[in-house]
Amino acid sequence: MLHSERELPLVIAHMVQKLRGTVLYSQLERQARVSLHRSDIKLESLKEDIKEFLKISGWEKKLQNAVYRELNVHPLPSHPLATAEHIKEPLSYMRRAQASWEKRILKSLNSMCTEQSIPLARKRPTIEQKELLSKWNEMGTDEPDLSRFRPVYAPKDFLEVLINLRNPNYECSDQPSFRSHLGLIQVPLQVKDIPELTEYFKELGLNTGQLGIDDSTQVPPELFESEHIHIGKKVLRQQDSAAAQQYVRQGCPTALRAELWALILNISNQPEDMLYYEQLKANVIQYDLLADSLIYKDVKLTASNDDFYFVFEDYLYQVLLCFSRDTSVLEHFAYNSASPPKSYIRGKLGLEEYAVVYPPNGVIPFHGFSMYVAPLCYLYHEPSKLYQVFREMYVRFFFRLHSISSHLSGIVSLCLLFETLLQSHLPELFYHLREIGAQPLRISFKWMVRAFSGYLATDQLLLLWDRILGYNSLEILAVLAAAVFAFRAVNLMEVTSLAAAEKQDEMLDLLHTHDNHIYLKQYLLIFQL
Amino acid sequence: MCLGIRAVPGLVYYGVLILSSRPKPTYWPSGVNRMSRDPVLCTIKGPIMLQVGDVKTDFARAGVAVIDVTFPQTKAVDVQEIVFKNYYTAFLSIRILQNNHHCSGERSRNWRTCLRNYCLMPNPHTEDGSQEYTSLFRQQMLCDLDQVTSLRLILRQPSPVWLHFSLEELQIYHCGQENPQKGFPLWLSCLLSQEQPTKVHNALPDAEKASSEVQQMWMLTEVIQTNETAARIGRFDVDGCYDINLLSYT
Repeated sequence: MLHSERELPLVIAHMVQKLRGTVLYSQLERQARVSLHRSDIKLESLKEDIKEFLKISGWEKKLQNAVYRELNVHPLPSHPLATAEHIKEPLSYMRRAQASWEKRILKSLNSMCTEQSIPLARKRPTIEQKELLSKWNEMGTDEPDLSRFRPVYAPKDFLEVLINLRNPNYECSDQPSFRSHLGLIQVPLQVKDIPELTEYFKELGLNTGQLGIDDSTQVPPELFESEHIHIGKKVLRQQDSAAAQQYVRQGCPTALRAELWALILNISNQPEDMLYYEQLKANVIQYDLLADSLIYKDVKLTASNDDFYFVFEDYLYQVLLCFSRDTSVLEHFAYNSASPPKSYIRGKLGLEEYAVVYPPNGVIPFHGFSMYVAPLCYLYHEPSKLYQVFREMYVRFFFRLHSISSHLSGIVSLCLLFETLLQSHLPELFYHLREIGAQPLRISFKWMVRAFSGYLATDQLLLLWDRILGYNSLEILAVLAAAVFAFRAVNLMEVTSLAAAEKQDEMLDLLHTHDNHIYLKQYLLIFQL
Repeated sequence: MCLGIRAVPGLVYYGVLILSSRPKPTYWPSGVNRMSRDPVLCTIKGPIMLQVGDVKTDFARAGVAVIDVTFPQTKAVDVQEIVFKNYYTAFLSIRILQNNHHCSGERSRNWRTCLRNYCLMPNPHTEDGSQEYTSLFRQQMLCDLDQVTSLRLILRQPSPVWLHFSLEELQIYHCGQENPQKGFPLWLSCLLSQEQPTKVHNALPDAEKASSEVQQMWMLTEVIQTNETAARIGRFDVDGCYDINLLSYT
């Protein structure tokens, strides 16, 4: 957040510029105009009176929340010489790696198009449009032939890219030396060590009450729970994003979670937001995209097979199809190291005025993408609200899990944090697994890429995502991944191959039946050491 | 030796405002008018690596490099700001040679240290700050930067893990280039003008009001032009068409 008071003028200038032109801005203006009719607004103290009016009518809070959102999402203004690409990712070799990874994805998509001679996008004929509209709420019953489609990439392919990532200015020879990393990730990024993590996640310490953990403090859990719910309601009444964010660090009561998350993400589902969602829906009806088949395929392969999520299949299609048409998602590429794929309208190749982004939101889904949406279906039943919450979660967090960047919450840093934690905390286990060719990251990578969605019971997963929102950071994913290994250390010391180790990681499933709280407890314990 | 400034790279830029006693800050968020300035013409030599022992037989790297900056002979410069992009330098010291302005015209041949071990990478073994842009202002320096004829930048990298280190895109600006009018962003003037109350009751608009509104409209369009994110249109097709066959690699 703010680094010092002296940066304030710059941040304010930045913020004013960002918020001008938003819906909130015009709403505030309208409110101020309307307030002029009120008797308590005096001409001689106009400015002060309007300010006071906006304060008591709750608009000031809305402005505060909007400012808080900007502070959380956008990077602070950078040096004036910094280019747009430098702001996306400061390290040039990371940018290059991301660009060549993107090129591979594009080639794979293009070859899929050529092999099957289907276009990337086309307008649907009217009959088809009507048909789709009529079955909008039951798209899951449709069984299109998807055998020809394959996911563009899976987490495994992405991991290979990360393993091969090198800084050309880093002295690394094939001979092992004190400089070579023992793990798979070879780039020298700065990650937090245990004391820093303990400080950063201090609300997760054993002396603080945690929802979802029965015996962590001396306070009886029932007492803590009722007090916590009481405070939660108060936070909701205040409608304060910052307070809500602080509150969820100790976990959300199930009944309040949907509202609290919406408050943190500054989602209010206003009539204009619903209208926007309807417009996206209209765009889905109008155009047929190849990316839609990828989404279908992914939902069928993942969420539809999951005991926790198969009931939400229809919701998933609606949200993901609308997401692919949402051009407002493009804004996040200002701070994402990835860039949206580009194409030209048929027959206009090379003409810049006919250049378009494909898919319209610039995000190509990969194997497992729909699992980012699935857990949210437990919280929101109204599609437009579900949609907005997902979009906000994506542009704040999830994009970092499949882009190559040096950001602290980026997947490369998470991998390195995981490996470093394991190495320093459980050196024997790390060494053993490495020796038998079962590098721990090969097991944990898929957990982290999906933010554990599909790997943890839903109640546990939501408690984990509470912390992601609360700390505005994905680092907790790496910590939890390391904690899973710590928890299974004894068994893992006995395995002799990667396959056997992977079997051990079905330990996650064990949790569903045995002790739901054990992992949360485990990562608290790590910090006490 | 500690400087009275924050030595945290990556945030260095924000340090600007700490010391800013100037009437107008130099920088504005992207998208608003920035003043256009020209860097001072200079000759940059280096970086030259400091070598321990024999150049041919000793491969030990000293971890120190020097960049020399000179201005054309006839000219001495009142330096306002030094801007560069880091490339794996951990600490920076700067020494300067000045025309001695106290003893009129007589040149002093003494090097003065104006910056000592300024930290650009908080942990020299890791990437933090390794490729960041930094501005150093005369207010941050240990001595004045008037009548400078040459600068010597001493770069240090104590970590042996990096093959090379240097500073890139080095630019030097002299004093008296700040032009508040030019740097004044449009949205700010727009804010000020809108602080006047507008009448909302039914009456024929008077000429003054109409003209001020036209002016506001003009300013708003200017703001929209300079602020791309403000205008969200939501269309992805071109003239109602979004038929695409293949993706482009460029």
